[in-house]
Amino acid sequence: MGLLSKKDAKLIIDPLADNNPITIQVLGICSALAITAELKASLVMGIAVLFVLGVGNVVISLMRNIIPSKIRIIVQLIVVASLVIIVDQVLKAYAYELSKTLAVFVGLIITNCIIMGRFEAFALANGPWKSFLDGIGNALGYAVILIIVGFFRELLGSGTLFGIPVLGDPIEKTGLYATGYENNGFMLMPPMALIVVGLLIWVQRSRNKALIED
Amino acid sequence: MSKRTDSNSYTIIFAIVMVFVVGSLLAFTASSLKPAIKENERMETQQNILYAMGVNENEEGSITFISTDKVAEAFATKISEQIVLEVKDGNIIKEMNRQEFMAANNNKEPYLIDIKKQQTRAKNGESRFLPLFKGKQEGQTVYVAPIRGKGLWDAIWGYVALDTDMVVKGTFFDHAGETPGLGANIKQRYFMDDFYGEKLLTEAGVFKGITVAKGNNDPLNKDKDDYEVDALAGATITGDGVAAMIKKDLKLYLPYFQNLKNKN
Repeated sequence: MGLLSKKDAKLIIDPLADNNPITIQVLGICSALAITAELKASLVMGIAVLFVLGVGNVVISLMRNIIPSKIRIIVQLIVVASLVIIVDQVLKAYAYELSKTLAVFVGLIITNCIIMGRFEAFALANGPWKSFLDGIGNALGYAVILIIVGFFRELLGSGTLFGIPVLGDPIEKTGLYATGYENNGFMLMPPMALIVVGLLIWVQRSRNKALIED
Repeated sequence: MSKRTDSNSYTIIFAIVMVFVVGSLLAFTASSLKPAIKENERMETQQNILYAMGVNENEEGSITFISTDKVAEAFATKISEQIVLEVKDGNIIKEMNRQEFMAANNNKEPYLIDIKKQQTRAKNGESRFLPLFKGKQEGQTVYVAPIRGKGLWDAIWGYVALDTDMVVKGTFFDHAGETPGLGANIKQRYFMDDFYGEKLLTEAGVFKGITVAKGNNDPLNKDKDDYEVDALAGATITGDGVAAMIKKDLKLYLPYFQNLKNKN
């Protein structure tokens, strides 16, 4: 991190753990529950949010002195929505396969409360470079949790990772399944994502006592 | 915030300028990319039809379409005939080949017929077009028919290859916005492949369709006479949607296949 000052580096590193958007700020939970049934979807969503939040934070930050405070939420919504639509159109024209994978996420990105939260809490009060770092940091923090949750849900729910069977064949009873192990179909349901996120929050707080509120 | 940006007139002017700028930006992007997007969608339709027919580059477990640079040629050679049926109230009123259809419809290719529009026409009591793509699979004649229906969140659609007895010889399903990991799995090989060999007609020739069944005791789908395929966990509504669109849309083709039988 030689390129970044200590303060700037903190903007990226803090949201990864001690100020994580999902486990500490409890933002963006909805999409974390909805799409983490498989690892690939988690990863794609993480990258999509990384892009939108990084660019969106910069745009909002550049406009921060001219946005009328009365309609700032609407302005933020318009910025996210148009960014997402433009990206979607460009992908459809030049990377059609990828856009097919992303199709479901487009709507989810717009409604992701982390994006609105960072616009409102950070980009409106800070310069473009800092806002960019903050956006990247928060998106990475979000992606990390998504990937961890996706990993456990796909592994325990379907016995696969990135769609590749890793525990053997559940129907032919090979690998781990030969010992009587069964996939836990419940892991594929959204409630289990909530429980996995809950466990992550528990682990994180028990390791870092400073995070525990009275 | 400075005083200037708080005034009503500034807010209104800002909103108007913003709408204008964003609107023209989006309109410009959409219209400049439209030809490329249309072309991609056209090739995808060809790839999907060929996929259902068994013309693809699948490796184990994967779904790989024939590549975009080869698809036009493959579509021209592997599809021996594009047939369009004009149907009203369950009766075929006209059968057209590609040339006849294109002559009557501004040179529109039959494979570009919008199924959604045709379904709306049928709902309004008008006649509708049913495209059918004839080709060969392992020396046997197969017909690919498009289907379209509703999933949990949005539209689902697909292509089904049938032999002359209306036995499924291949499927392709896609969706606009089913839940990743659950309903979106209708686009997985293991689900699509389950349909292979399933029958649509009873022994007596009555149309029965295929049910996407929960709790069927045949997860490997070895039983091809049960009119059932194994459902996906956590995707009841999407699965029911697939079964419904198969029943509803493929039934429309029944008269054509009956005629085919009677001719022989």
